[in-house]
Amino acid sequence: MSLLSLQQYWWIIIALLGSLLVFLMFVQGGQTMIFCLGKTELEQKMIVNALGRKWEFTFTTLVTFGGAFFASFPLFYSTSFGGAYWVWIIILFAFVIQAVAYEFRSKPNNFLGKGTFDAFLVINGALGTILIGAAVSTFFTGSEFAVDKLNLTNFTNPVISRWKGPASGLEAVLNWRNVDLGLAVFFLARILGILYIMNSVDGEAIHKRSYKQLWVNTIPFLVFFLAYVISLMLAKGFAVNPETGQVFMEPFKYWHNLIHMPVVMVLFILGVLLVLMGIIRPLTAYAKCRTKGIWLAGIGTVLTVFSLFLLAGFNNTSYYPSTSDLQSSLTIMNSSSSHYTLVAMSYVSLLVPFVLAYIAYSWWSINRKKITQEEMEEDSHAY
Amino acid sequence: MLDQIDLSMVDWARAQFALTAIYHWLFVPLTLGLSFIVAIMETIYVRTGNPEWKKITKFWMLLFGINFAIGVATGIILEFEFGTNWSNYSWFVGDIFGAPLAIEGIMAFFLESTFIAVMFFGWNKVSKGFHLTASWLTAIGANLSALWILVANAWMQSPVGMKFNPETARNEMINFWDVLFSPVAVNKFLHTISNGYVIASIFVIGISAWFLLRKRHVLTAKRSILVAGIFGLITSLFLAFTGDGSAYTVAQKQPMKLAAMEGLYNGSNGAGLVAIGILEPSVKPGDGQDPFLMKVEIPKLLSILGYKDSKAFVPGVNDIVNGGYKPWYVDTPEEEKESAYSVAQKMEKGKLAIAALRDFKTASKAGDTIMADISRKQLEENFPYFGYGYLSKPESVIPNIPLTFYSFHLMVALGFYFILLFIVVLYFLNRGNLEKQRWLLWISLWTIPLAYLASQAGWVVAEVGRQPWVIQDLLPTIAAVSMIGAGSVKTTFWIFAALFTALLIAEIMIMVRQIKIGPKDGGQ
Repeated sequence: MSLLSLQQYWWIIIALLGSLLVFLMFVQGGQTMIFCLGKTELEQKMIVNALGRKWEFTFTTLVTFGGAFFASFPLFYSTSFGGAYWVWIIILFAFVIQAVAYEFRSKPNNFLGKGTFDAFLVINGALGTILIGAAVSTFFTGSEFAVDKLNLTNFTNPVISRWKGPASGLEAVLNWRNVDLGLAVFFLARILGILYIMNSVDGEAIHKRSYKQLWVNTIPFLVFFLAYVISLMLAKGFAVNPETGQVFMEPFKYWHNLIHMPVVMVLFILGVLLVLMGIIRPLTAYAKCRTKGIWLAGIGTVLTVFSLFLLAGFNNTSYYPSTSDLQSSLTIMNSSSSHYTLVAMSYVSLLVPFVLAYIAYSWWSINRKKITQEEMEEDSHAY
Repeated sequence: MLDQIDLSMVDWARAQFALTAIYHWLFVPLTLGLSFIVAIMETIYVRTGNPEWKKITKFWMLLFGINFAIGVATGIILEFEFGTNWSNYSWFVGDIFGAPLAIEGIMAFFLESTFIAVMFFGWNKVSKGFHLTASWLTAIGANLSALWILVANAWMQSPVGMKFNPETARNEMINFWDVLFSPVAVNKFLHTISNGYVIASIFVIGISAWFLLRKRHVLTAKRSILVAGIFGLITSLFLAFTGDGSAYTVAQKQPMKLAAMEGLYNGSNGAGLVAIGILEPSVKPGDGQDPFLMKVEIPKLLSILGYKDSKAFVPGVNDIVNGGYKPWYVDTPEEEKESAYSVAQKMEKGKLAIAALRDFKTASKAGDTIMADISRKQLEENFPYFGYGYLSKPESVIPNIPLTFYSFHLMVALGFYFILLFIVVLYFLNRGNLEKQRWLLWISLWTIPLAYLASQAGWVVAEVGRQPWVIQDLLPTIAAVSMIGAGSVKTTFWIFAALFTALLIAEIMIMVRQIKIGPKDGGQ
């Protein structure tokens, strides 16, 4: 395979991991719904346990997403993490507190109290989704940085990626479009969380509240999501001249990308439709199929986010643009690992279908029986 | 914007990474070892059908779960700190270093996170066989993740399988298998995981000893000690074996680290190994004083362990700084075969390499192919010393000698003590009167913190001993950092210090309560 083909292949892998991560953030969304859907301690426990059996998938996908980005596009890792410091640190903080919250919350003698660990879950659910959404939005809106590899020859200051933003990354949340996508991801995660809870918890009262909350969250999601998509299609984008590698601003760039990549357009439209079908399914389907909305909305989320990643990186586009030094913008061509490393990593990526298969089998094994009140009372390892 | 690297930023970035690594390594070894011990116990349960073994398995699994979560929490920070704190490093070697991290995620983390859910929640949902398989796969997943991160760490201590590409101004991988199977990587992986097995064995024995002291859960305690004692004895012997292998690779690849481990200021042929020693605090490299207040030395042993030759010359700190000795390393650069360069000479060569890179980039941009070729050649000739070009003085290559020396000797002494402990415990268990040996039970209990101390000391040796290098000889810490303000890193250092400490206290309190509850109902 040519280097360009490998770069594209790895961008597809990154897009796949990113889209799976957003789907799996139903755990985060669900965490912000614990007290909306569960009114008694037992109901809350059932919801926490439904989510708690999946939190590690989200966590692992985030870690793998980071690792894969590092391995395939190390200049992004170097530039973004070392520059947009505070955004990434706050995201990490939000995930650190989540990792212990499930295991510790209901254990006796847990020092900080159950309320603290439940608060950790809510903080993780809100901060994690909004900030990851805002960070991904900078793929379209840009950040302030400069990259100069010649700096390596500066004896007193050899750092090649230098952030120019005034707030070490926090300036991302001062851009309304970044915040917009962050909020869209937040409400989408809540919707997915509700659908997942309906699918995995056996409780009439919880289901009743879920129907109501589904609509309460769908409206803001649609508002923020549509506002973002419209602004994206109308915005100038960061185009790359394939001959010279020069980056320039192109009006309606992301709309052009959709037109030039019809497959991506189909995936995007299909994804959005599936999300909407997943949302309305609980209200329209036969009783026993009403809890299956998570799968439609989940697949829809994966397709939508996947196509957004392809819009950001394909068709001669800079996926991590610099607004302070346009020619420092990162593309899949100028920021990737070497041919050898990408080939080696590609062999490893052949394991992905196998990994997905055993995840699916284990998921099915654990989820085929819904969580009941009786199980919560009997299970010694319940959270 | 800063014109120079902020030195306090480098210190805070190091401190933050050390803090995270120390906390992470408090929890991970227990995960590595306890996962296997639990899997062995469950295997006995499945084979015998004895419910007592199920109770034992569930109890240790419960403690495993409490410990696992916090290990995961501290692990994610470490991965991303390579980017946040060490952005220049991430570019300079990301082509090689990123791959193991990605493979770790795909190959190990998913295995671990998928089957741990089955392990904890699948008791009444899946078959016995599938549950047992899930327990083993969780253990294998945890240990596979250790493999990949340790391969990455080993590569930093001994960079192999790569070539510097001046076009991209970074190191690029040219042989994946050299990276994976480098002797440093193999020894580091085996030594580190066996350390985890020993900690877990001591943890199980110590807590079981407490049960015996309290005359509670006697059968559970004895059976747990049997499994952990055998597992611990075998793995502690293996730990000693791989420790020897690790020391050999240090001698070959990181002679300054070996000199610091041994407090060896002036090298000699047939050098002895300091078994016990107290350093004279006022001694500085190059001042010619005896560095020891007292020492017990085993003649010639350091030469034998480091070079498999009783006559081998082991260079000391002063020799390495001043050069001029005949190296015994297996892969000594051709031009140093007869006489090693001084650090000052290496710094000159490093500066030549960096200047050549600048000339190459400038010439390439200007389309001057002749100048570019000349510069490339000069860069390739001097590249083995590239990192020395960033150093300000020769003494910069000397790590903290007292910290490295005492950590190393503490680790080794405790390692041998653990072997003895396993033998004695198994001896009395076999005689059937272990519960009467209260002195031994107390010793077993108080050995738990010693096991952690030894493990942390091992990491201090590995990481402090290699300073100032992030990548041995190629990139010093000072050139690997990100361009962020020291204030930001200082703030997050204290945030994470407070958070990790609070979580550690929570974990210990939860764990102690669960131990007090005991295995009666599999905990709570």
